[in-house]
Amino acid sequence: MATTTMAKALNAALADAMADDERVLVFGEDVGQLGGVFRITDGLQARFGDKRCFDTPLAESGIVGFAVGLAMTGLRPVVEMQFDAFGYPAFEQIASHVAKLRNRTRGALSVPIVIRVPYAGGIGGVEHHCDSSEAYYAHTPGLKVVTPATVDDAYSLLREAIEDPDPVVFMEPKKLYFSSAEAELPARTAPFGKAVVRRAGTDATLVAYGPAVPVALEAAEAAREEGWDLEVVDVRSIVPFDDATVTASVRRTGRCVVIQEAQGFAGVGAEIAARVQERCFHALHAPVLRVSGLDIPYPAPMLEHTHLPSVDRVLDTVARLQWDDQPDSRWVAA
Amino acid sequence: MTTTPQAVRRASPRSRRPADAPVATAAAPVADPSAGLLPATEPVRLLDPSGTPLPARDDYPEPPVAELRELYRRMVVGRRFDIQATALTKQGKLAVYPSSRGQEACQVGAVLALREGDWVFPTYRESMALTARGIDPVEVLTLLRGDWHCGYDPAAMRTAPQCTPLATQCVHAAGLAYGEAYQGRDTVALAFIGDGATSEGDFHEGLNFAAVFKAPVVFFVQNNKYAISVPLSRQTAAPSLAYKGVGYGVPSEQVDGNDPVAVLAVLTRAVQHARSGRGPFLIEAHTYRMEAHTNADDATRYRDGAEVDAWRDRDPVARLETYLRERGELDDAAVAAIAEQAEAYAADLRERMHDKPAVDPMSLFDHVYAEPTPQLVEQREQVRAELAADSDQEGAR
Ligand SMILES: Cc1ncc(C[n+]2csc(CCOP(=O)(O)OP(=O)(O)O)c2C)c(N)n1
Ligand SMILES: [Mg+2]
Repeated sequence: MATTTMAKALNAALADAMADDERVLVFGEDVGQLGGVFRITDGLQARFGDKRCFDTPLAESGIVGFAVGLAMTGLRPVVEMQFDAFGYPAFEQIASHVAKLRNRTRGALSVPIVIRVPYAGGIGGVEHHCDSSEAYYAHTPGLKVVTPATVDDAYSLLREAIEDPDPVVFMEPKKLYFSSAEAELPARTAPFGKAVVRRAGTDATLVAYGPAVPVALEAAEAAREEGWDLEVVDVRSIVPFDDATVTASVRRTGRCVVIQEAQGFAGVGAEIAARVQERCFHALHAPVLRVSGLDIPYPAPMLEHTHLPSVDRVLDTVARLQWDDQPDSRWVAA
Repeated sequence: MTTTPQAVRRASPRSRRPADAPVATAAAPVADPSAGLLPATEPVRLLDPSGTPLPARDDYPEPPVAELRELYRRMVVGRRFDIQATALTKQGKLAVYPSSRGQEACQVGAVLALREGDWVFPTYRESMALTARGIDPVEVLTLLRGDWHCGYDPAAMRTAPQCTPLATQCVHAAGLAYGEAYQGRDTVALAFIGDGATSEGDFHEGLNFAAVFKAPVVFFVQNNKYAISVPLSRQTAAPSLAYKGVGYGVPSEQVDGNDPVAVLAVLTRAVQHARSGRGPFLIEAHTYRMEAHTNADDATRYRDGAEVDAWRDRDPVARLETYLRERGELDDAAVAAIAEQAEAYAADLRERMHDKPAVDPMSLFDHVYAEPTPQLVEQREQVRAELAADSDQEGAR
């Protein structure tokens, strides 16, 4: 076993996919000679040539639309949006074509494209470099949306995304790019549609994905001092969502906090909270609570720590899970 | 890029050079960087509006007469189809229909210039082009009838689903054409687009991608002068839409879109250009839609009758018919036989559109993903139960 970073694992996944399947093409802005601004495509052009890994004009709608056409010829495009917020010009292509072509044509056409999106904050990025855009994609039927929180998962989920018959928006938590772990690549972890229990516990379930998973794990460690034994579920696959694993955990613990870095309103965490509440009502000892980013445009670097879900905010929220069976004072009418 | 003093110095002697000094020719010629890219200022025209041939052109040889006869036949059938589809809206058989009457030369000429294995990227306006391509008219009208979105098999017909989000098909055409060439196939992609949609970003991104990747795409703009109600003057200040190629390094041409012979000639050459590996080509066809934007639109609110009448005199079907008759390639009997074919085509369509198509709510879940997600399976079971409960109630009554 060697220590490797998530960035290196993603790079290895792309390289292995290209080696295994010559239909795989990797393209986007600066992905060629430079190897991408985060170096995720480092060395691919040198190894596979500039026909298989190449730079494009700077036009995100064009990049994704070009991928649609390529996929129609049987190729397997993997495109990079340089940053989360710069994926927005491609949204029309993603929502109106990538997501719908299979359905519109009753399966006659499919466009198995992977759209890689470096996303979320915690890296001190200036304006327009730190959005959590996953809800836009997850809200769009026809797309799969996955996000790794571990090095193994980064490799495995990306390989699976490239092999998947459906288009996949692959959300890469920027702040975890240089997180490292012991990993033996090529690794294969649980498939799409499976959430994973990262830490077993008995008192409450923390449900998190992507950049929020390390926060949840840290909070669970810290909670031991408060006498709480918390379970942590890593969603991994936002679409398709694994209701079974999440609800099984919450039924065991009876309490649930959903943690996401994105702004909360109408977010993925809201969907998860609703699903848990629908499915676990009789097992719950407290309302399902959420910890999320604030409902504000992503703040400037010197203010982002206030916005991001912190261990303290998670613990404060866990404290509100009605351990004494009293109603949450926040919601009691004055 | 460098802005060192050397670079500045290197540039300055040129301005001091006497006007008659010889220009150094060692470097790449800098003559006119747009040479070969600027379209001619006048649209190509081979027949005048009355159908009289204009002087022959070396650059645009007249297509073989057999092709012109076939063009005529498909235009007549296409027009009849269009009239029938419009009638079907009045009978409530179609939710909506965007007519392309008046644009027959463009609709049919474009597909006739292609091989079977080439790809077409149509918009909602191109129903007539699709029937001319041999797609079953009932399948073409699926979208507008409302029993599904795309009714035909795009892969089998080498025709993308009709595209409603304006201009988005342009980048698909670029990607497909590049992907085909990448895999060693000499496929050409033809992207239809309207005048209004040339203002959308994807038109420009499509041109640019196709040019940068030398993808064999023909971008075919039918400038019918309006985008619903918005006139061309609100889309562009350029001398013509064909000029939009210059900025991308894409050669272009204007054509009289109501001159079927010119349309076929220009399209044929553009397709050859693309197929021979020289990259994309842009065509602007000047035409006019005789009907409103769709049956739901009231064109009298934005254009007057005199304008429409002026275009009646440039009717593409009559123009080609006159020409072929003059050449002795068409007589009353042939015209009558084609009209009869067109009637039969319309009658068959009418009949097959008579009954409401069967739709199955359970099929809603079929092609969202290759395999339905657990959430879709749940929703499918819910709908199944709802339908069963409904039919039980029906039964009890
Ligand atoms: C992105 C987008 N914006 C707006 C519309 C609504 N719309 C449908 S057709 C149309 C006019 C397009 O005009 P033009 O490109 O000239 O084509 P024509 O209809 O004349 O064939 C508009 C605005 C749309 N379909 N897609
Ligand atoms: Mg128009």
